[in-house]
Amino acid sequence: MRSAFEHFDKAFENRIRLQIMSVLAANESYDFNSLKELLEVTDGNLASHLKGLEKEEYIQVNKSFLGRKPNTRYVATKKGLTAFTNHLQALENLIRSQQKG
Amino acid sequence: MKENNLDKEITSIRQLMERSTKFISLSGLSGVMAGIYALIGAGISYQVVYAAFPGRYSYNPGDTESTEKVITRLLLVALGVVLFALVNGIWLTVRNAKKKGQRFWNPSSRSLMINMLIPLITGGLFILIMIFRSYFGLIAPACLIFYGLALINGSHFTVGDVKWLGICELVLGLFAALFPGYGLFFWAAGFGVLHIVYGIMMYYKYDR
Repeated sequence: MRSAFEHFDKAFENRIRLQIMSVLAANESYDFNSLKELLEVTDGNLASHLKGLEKEEYIQVNKSFLGRKPNTRYVATKKGLTAFTNHLQALENLIRSQQKG
Repeated sequence: MKENNLDKEITSIRQLMERSTKFISLSGLSGVMAGIYALIGAGISYQVVYAAFPGRYSYNPGDTESTEKVITRLLLVALGVVLFALVNGIWLTVRNAKKKGQRFWNPSSRSLMINMLIPLITGGLFILIMIFRSYFGLIAPACLIFYGLALINGSHFTVGDVKWLGICELVLGLFAALFPGYGLFFWAAGFGVLHIVYGIMMYYKYDR
């Protein structure tokens, strides 16, 4: 049992981080406000988790302006996508091993 | 962690990935309404053509003056149908989105719109060019084919069933091109009947 958990990514222990990563894996890029609406989290909460993922180099931040409004878009990096797929694989393996047992 | 929780976790990830890429609030009823408007429009068009050229469906441009009049009237009817269908569709979809807790204007509806608009605008301009050059015979097939392509292109950003509607429109469009002179009937079948059938199916599948 323990060994299955070893493949879990520490960065994805938090639910919101995993959710952010799933959105970025499915989309080319996503902006801050749309993420906030989709995940139904507060500004501060989302920002801190995005920072965390950025520190891991799982996501990349692109800041630009739409007219005068700042528009911050997030893109998953290759490293982030690999980590996400591995994490999902580990989850699925765990489920499969539990179903067998 | 229990098995149940893990399962839930994976389901929620899948849902999130789908919800962030696909706009699922398209209203089935708006399809039915669009179909009804299209049938009414086709009925009016039939009268317009028949009144000008009794006894035949197609208008071989012999009498230029009345041809021009007919084309202008048909364009106005088509514009009316599109306007009614669009306004009604947007209204019903906004209402549907509210019910499902999805924003009407979000990244997925934006992608849906852009991806549909590219074939639609291309097709619209192409059809206008055909009208200016008096190639009237292929207008109805062109409407159906470009609309079908727009649906298929947009289907990646909404429920997958839209792709099948698009393929049906394409097939009808090609048949319409094979049978010149019956454009209006194919047009009525594609924009009227197909929309109504599809709308009812969507309504029962997703909206209730």
